[in-house]
Order: sequence, then C-alpha cells, then structure tokens
Amino acid sequence: MNGREQLIAIKAILWKEVLRFSRLWVQTILPPMISTALYFVIFGRLIGSQIHDLNGFHYMDYIVPGLILMAVITNSYGNVVASFYSSKFQRHIEEMLVSPLPNYLIMIGFVGGGLARGIAVGGAVTLVSLFFTVIPLHNLFIAISVLLLTSTLFSLAGLINAIYATSFDDITVIPTFVLTPLTYLGGVFYTVTMLPPFWQHISMANPILYMVNAFRYGLLGVSDVNLNVAFIAIIAFNVVFFWYALNLLNRGYGVRT
Amino acid sequence: MPTALSIQNLSKVYQNGVIALQGIDLTVEQGDFFALLGPNGAGKSTTIGIISSLVNKSAGKVAVFGHDLDHDLAAAKASIGLVPQEYNFNQFEPVIEILASQAGYYGIPRPLALERAELYLNQLGLWDKRLEHARNLSGGMKRRLMIARALVHEPRLLILDEPTAGVDIEIRHSMWNFLREINEAGTTIILTTHYLEEAEQLCRNIAIINNGRIVENTSMRELLSRMDTHTLVLDLLHPLAQAPALPGFSTSLPDEHTLEVVVSGHSSITQLFMALALQNIEIGSLRNKTNRLEELFIRLIGNKGEDA
Repeated sequence: MNGREQLIAIKAILWKEVLRFSRLWVQTILPPMISTALYFVIFGRLIGSQIHDLNGFHYMDYIVPGLILMAVITNSYGNVVASFYSSKFQRHIEEMLVSPLPNYLIMIGFVGGGLARGIAVGGAVTLVSLFFTVIPLHNLFIAISVLLLTSTLFSLAGLINAIYATSFDDITVIPTFVLTPLTYLGGVFYTVTMLPPFWQHISMANPILYMVNAFRYGLLGVSDVNLNVAFIAIIAFNVVFFWYALNLLNRGYGVRT
Repeated sequence: MPTALSIQNLSKVYQNGVIALQGIDLTVEQGDFFALLGPNGAGKSTTIGIISSLVNKSAGKVAVFGHDLDHDLAAAKASIGLVPQEYNFNQFEPVIEILASQAGYYGIPRPLALERAELYLNQLGLWDKRLEHARNLSGGMKRRLMIARALVHEPRLLILDEPTAGVDIEIRHSMWNFLREINEAGTTIILTTHYLEEAEQLCRNIAIINNGRIVENTSMRELLSRMDTHTLVLDLLHPLAQAPALPGFSTSLPDEHTLEVVVSGHSSITQLFMALALQNIEIGSLRNKTNRLEELFIRLIGNKGEDA
C-alpha cells in the first residue's frame, strides 16, 4: 500500500470507530457527563465546601483536572477494549486481517478511535465542569499534550487487554480491579501530601498519579510530582505499550490460528 | 503469465497437535473456476485460511498471482477476495458501511467505494437493503452481502468457502449465475462446497482433499467420465408387483409406480428401452435420480424473485 492508500485505510478505520461510539452516545458520551456532574455536586459542592483549600485552590477546583482525566482514561480504554474484542468475537476483525493493511495501521486505527472518544468525553466533561466552576488554564500545551498522551496510552492498554481477552469477563476484569483503583488512588480527589509518608512512597509507583498531576499542572499550575519525570514516564509507557501491542498483532496473537 | 494460485508442500499443524494439512501441492490457473472439495475436517478451510492469511502455515509455499505470501504479502492479499464460511461482518453496521469500510482497508477512496458498493449491491439484489443493519438480513442476503464485500476491491482471485450453505435453491441458482458471470469476466474463482451438484455445475477443475492430503486433482470432465454408473428413475404408467429382470441392468422398485434402473457407463439407453418394451412395461416419464428434488423445486417455484 502506498502512503495515500494507507491514509485512506486509516480514515476508514477511524470513521468506523467514531461512528460506533457516536451511534452509541447514550452509552458512551452521556454517562461520564452525568457521573462527573454527580461528583461535582456531591464531592465538590456538598462535601467539598467543608474541606479546606488544597494547594491554594477550592476543593471543587482542585478535583476538576482529575475528574476530566479520569473520564478520558476510562473512556479511551473502554472504547478500544470493547471495540477490538467485539470485532474478535463477531470475527469482523477478519475484514482487516485479509486486507493488505499492515498491523501498525490496524493498531493506529483502533487507538485513534480510543483517542477520539477520549477527546470527545474529555470535552463533554469539561463543559459540565464549566457549570460548576471556572477552569484556569495555566499551560495549554502541557494540558493538551498530557491529555493526548494519556488517552493514547490507555487506548493501547485497552487494545492489549482485548488481544488477550477470550471472554467478555476478560475485558471487565482489568478496568474493575486494576484501572479503577489506580485512578481513584491516583490523586484525583486529594493531594498525596495528605497521605502518611509510607503511602506517599507507595503512591509514587502509581503511573496515573503522574498523569493526573501533570494535567493538573496544565490547568491549575500545581502538581505533586516533577513534571519532567511525569512526561518521561508517560512517553516511556506509550512506547513500551505501542511496541508490545504491535508485537502481539504481528504474531497474530488471539486473531490468527 | 503467473498462475492464480500456486501451493507447494503446504503443511499445517495446529497448536493442539491436530495435523490439518500434510504437504499439499495445488495449482489454479488464471480464469479457472476451481472446486476444492472434501469431507468436513479434510483441510479445505485451513487451506483457504492460509491463502487468505487468517491461518499461519507450518511449512510450505503459497503464491497468489506470483506474489509469495512470505515476501510479498500485501500484494498477494490485494489480489484476493474472501467469502468465508461463517458470517464475519459487524451485525450492527449498515450494509453499505460494511462495503465502504472494506474498500477503505484496501486504500480505495470512499466515493469510489460507495460507487462500487452500489454496483455490487445492485447486482446481488441488496441495494434496497443498503441502510439496513446486517443482522436484519435473511440468511441468503447475508451470504450475498459477503460476496459483495469480497468483490468491492475487485480482486483477481475470489475464494468462496461454502457460499451457498443454508441458502434456498432459488437464491443458490441466482448466485451461481452471478458467479459464472464474474468468472467469465476474468475473475478466477475457487469454490468449496458440500453441494456436489454446485461444483459440477460451475467448476472446470477440481481437487479433492481428504485427511490433509490432495487425493484427486483433475478436470471436472475427466472426473465425471470416470463415473461408471448412474441411476435412472422411471415413472411407470401401469403398476408392477416386482422389479423386472432386465438383461444388463440392475433394477429396483421403490414403489409400484416407480422403477429405478442402474445404468453403467457403457450401457445403451436404447437397449434399456428395448428390454422394457419386450416386457410391455410402459414408461410415462424418465429422470436422473441425482438432484431430482432440486430440479422439481426449481420447476415449481420458477424465478419468482428474491428471498424475503
């Protein structure tokens, strides 16, 4: 395939992926908007009004970046894991496998779909946030690059999960037992400085903590972690996950016999 | 001019130890309508899976129009259109989107993809269903959708793995006509089927695979010429109590109005009628026993349109 054909192929996969989650907007876009609104009402307004400022910000303002990024993480992951596994389950992944599409384009197409949903949900959740608070934009470049890198990373993670999955249970185990705890313990609702020293050290091993704080820096200008370390970690994870997912696809793991 | 398909010493051993192919060799010439037949589990689908890159081979060489699968996979894939045995499209997608996406994976721009989708959906009688979700189509329509999808990038080699399984006879015959047309237009076709009449009607050359080995590879005409007997079914005008003895023929009487006669390849039908006349047995009609019900069904329903 020449470059033009590859571009057409990527567009075809992206179009299909975006159409899929857009068609299912009641299941894909609306729920994170509602849950974020509830977080704002309960944690931000009702409980948050009883909590003192964190790093110089009202509690409501402090949790905004984490809530946006949490929605981006969950939806990027969820989009790719569901879409790829479903294409394996219904066997329409074979439509791509018999075509001249190289594996890296298949991967980019699915990850692009996860990224598109991550951005769409991130945008929708940001809009909801604006009903409750004003978001100061400290550094747009950092905010956007962290959001895109995080969305890409969790799209890749969702793809790896889907490649290994052999049942619908397999695509819910990781989000429920790994992703959700790591996200909630990733400093979305608190600053790690509130934790005892031991748990602060433990928290530093949580990659989501770096993403949340880097994104928070982009919006609010405050962070619990070193920004350089955060970027290096996020990019390194992206490279490793990209290589790993591509390796699985090249081996035909889970899709070719 | 390279052959459409060249397979050399192809083997496949699955991870569970099952030996699906034991070093098969096969050549399909350009423009051929080729039947790959065999019982269930013989290795037909594995062979097709390897050709279309859905199954990894254990050993051997496969080339499609001279493009080796090991060294020139993308070009080989671009030459192939696959109609698999099982439905493998997104059941929740509209028919036209299934075709447009598939064309996109081959680098065909969307406007051209939609143009071709219209062409093939029209030819296969599915244009009216283009906006329907695939799951709402009947079995026959789903089969035709997979044929349209396999053709949307205009492959030179079309591989059909039991394309008419579960399809009613009327639709099956309309699919046969369509396949004949695209073969005459230059597309090489490889067909696997359990309906032997289908292979007999459509294919010029044939390979029979059994236990992962090619046990026969010849022309259809040559194979059929080896058939040394066939059974004629005679409808009697007057009932008989027992099967008559006809010199040179084996007879049986399924019911008092029906006489079945096994005719060997070297026997004369004239001799048969003479023997019947000698015994004053009058015949109302005569037909070949094979595909008798199918022929009757086609005659009864005619060509009254598409399946519902």
